[in-house]
Amino acid sequence: MNNSKKNHIALAVAAAFGLAGGLAQAQVSDNVVRIGVLTDMSGAYSDLAGGGSVLATQMAVDDFKAKNKVPFAIEVVSADHQNKGDISSNKAREWFDREKVDVVTDLVTTSTALAVMKVAKEKNKIALISGAASTRITNEDCNDVTVHWTYDTYAVANGTAKAVVKQGGKTWFFLTADYAFGQSLEKDATDVVNANGGKVLGAVRHPFPGSDFSSFLLKAQSSGAQVIGLANAGTDTTNSIKQAAEFGITPKQSLAGLLMFITDIHSLGLATTQTMYLTEAFYWDRNDETRAWSKRFFDKQRKMPTMVQAGLYSATMHYLNAVKAANSDDTQKVMVAMKKTPVNDFFAKNGVIREDGRMVHDMYLMQVKKPDESKYPWDYYNVRQTIPAAEAFQPLSASKCSLVKK
Amino acid sequence: MEIFGIPLQAFMSQLMLGLVNGCFYAVLSLGLAVIFGMLNIINFAHGAMYMAGAFFAWMGLTYWGIGYWWSLLLVPLAVGLVGVIIERTMLQWLYQLDHLYGLLLTFGLALMIEGAFRYFYGASGLPYSIPEELGGAINLGFMFLPKYRAWVVAVSLVVCLATWFVIEKTRLGAYLRAATENPRLTQAFGINVPLMVMLTYGFGVALAGLAGVLAAPAYAVSPLMGSNLIIVVFAVVVIGGMGSIMGSIITGLSLGVIEGLTKVFYAEASSTVVFVIMVIVLMIRPAGLFGKEK
Repeated sequence: MNNSKKNHIALAVAAAFGLAGGLAQAQVSDNVVRIGVLTDMSGAYSDLAGGGSVLATQMAVDDFKAKNKVPFAIEVVSADHQNKGDISSNKAREWFDREKVDVVTDLVTTSTALAVMKVAKEKNKIALISGAASTRITNEDCNDVTVHWTYDTYAVANGTAKAVVKQGGKTWFFLTADYAFGQSLEKDATDVVNANGGKVLGAVRHPFPGSDFSSFLLKAQSSGAQVIGLANAGTDTTNSIKQAAEFGITPKQSLAGLLMFITDIHSLGLATTQTMYLTEAFYWDRNDETRAWSKRFFDKQRKMPTMVQAGLYSATMHYLNAVKAANSDDTQKVMVAMKKTPVNDFFAKNGVIREDGRMVHDMYLMQVKKPDESKYPWDYYNVRQTIPAAEAFQPLSASKCSLVKK
Repeated sequence: MEIFGIPLQAFMSQLMLGLVNGCFYAVLSLGLAVIFGMLNIINFAHGAMYMAGAFFAWMGLTYWGIGYWWSLLLVPLAVGLVGVIIERTMLQWLYQLDHLYGLLLTFGLALMIEGAFRYFYGASGLPYSIPEELGGAINLGFMFLPKYRAWVVAVSLVVCLATWFVIEKTRLGAYLRAATENPRLTQAFGINVPLMVMLTYGFGVALAGLAGVLAAPAYAVSPLMGSNLIIVVFAVVVIGGMGSIMGSIITGLSLGVIEGLTKVFYAEASSTVVFVIMVIVLMIRPAGLFGKEK
């Protein structure tokens, strides 16, 4: 009894000290802008985001500091969200409450993005999403403290599916990862195929993550569709492509990877992926500006950047410029400044953040090179078409976001 | 002709694919069963060893130009050697303790090995192409079976049956079984029990390494490939009966086929069906289909 009383007192004292410590820190914190990169550091998406995302953020901070004399410090913190929604929201809460983080970034995988957006809204902090894909972020679940920067399922499905239908791939069969993201991708691609005069013959949904896709591929084969649309990501996509070649499904039927990153092409090799179409927001070898930045990135990471990582640099830089312009890290002031200024850097030209939080910019339709066309490491794509910002993303008129005035 | 509304051709081809997957299950669960049967260790590092096998094959080809055929021989030896080192330095101290200790040790090792590969090679996987001799496909009438998959079935069946034969039918196998039953008495007859146990563990994980080499050309070589598979393989061992050699071979093959058929009828359930069967088997025969009650 006596003991437990003592413990209680000790706890209370500790709490009081903790509180005092917190208050003391808060005063310092006014002079620090803290950026929290919350990403997949160890799982399936750690190559396309992960450590490279943290590096891209740090590069943006260093470049900003080199160019601007500002009276505040900038810090980058990072954590592994393991692609789980609950871990993400707990970490975000801890960052906002205790570590005075002003903005949480990246959030690869939709579930983590949706979870953290809600926490950010509740705590009146900012979420800058680069890695997640679902259009829900700027539709049903939109809010005024979130910006969706790099791409979404609409943009990638729109670019790739439209191009493939125009090339004569009229009949489709989908191989879909059986969770929110895969279904969203399948739905967006189906709409595009139908709108362009194609026809969807069927779909098979595979458990996520899978390793053997041969059964599903044979189903797709017996459907007789010209195109097999892969509404999945990461190793699910790379395994599907590899096994389609093994079973002689390609090149008789063609594959359309609806969400692919340059790291996937690197992993599969050009022999397997040649002539495939894909849509990306960024390609390192597109022009002198992208090459210059990507080479700096490569020197540190030994890999070329994905669109997620390049987008994150762009988002971070735009955020810091907005803080400087607003002369404050107050959420509403910074959001106003971010939406007012167009984005102009190596990643986007005249990019605009819409009222639903979607950053609209050009997207690029790529075709993977044949092995003999590739002249140097990471020389993987031919840029076939620039999809102008106005067509690349879902139009505001179709938006389900409550912030859009109609 | 149709079976339950599925064209016969599609049905037969899915059956064939199930058999191919079943072969991977069989080779992996066989290794687990041997290790559990002889050492009483629940080897959670098995998936990591399978992954390491695939990576060793990739590394051999990329760094030293060692092709697929040599890998098939050398990689199991290398993985087996890693196993022997683990057994000598760590596992041998745990035989007298509860199963839980071995499980925790090997689980921790698995996490460390996977983490190390992920750190150096990333998570998105590396390419490994099918050897030229096994490219192309065989026309079975109802489907085009890639030659490589047929090869996997052949190698797996030979390895499984040979293992069963050595352990159940030869003098060496008899020593092994005796050493498991009563180590002290066996040692008194002049048999070097610690050596046999060490080699058994090495052999068990070498089987996982072999499965890794077989898997490298079929799946992406990725640090996560082991952990994706290992849970199903454990379910196979539990259904077959812990420690039963023939049980794990037969169960591995038949569960592969059942999983394949599930993909035909209701694809969404294909990742759960193995566990449903496990629950049913445990309720009816707690020791597994081929296990003996102790």
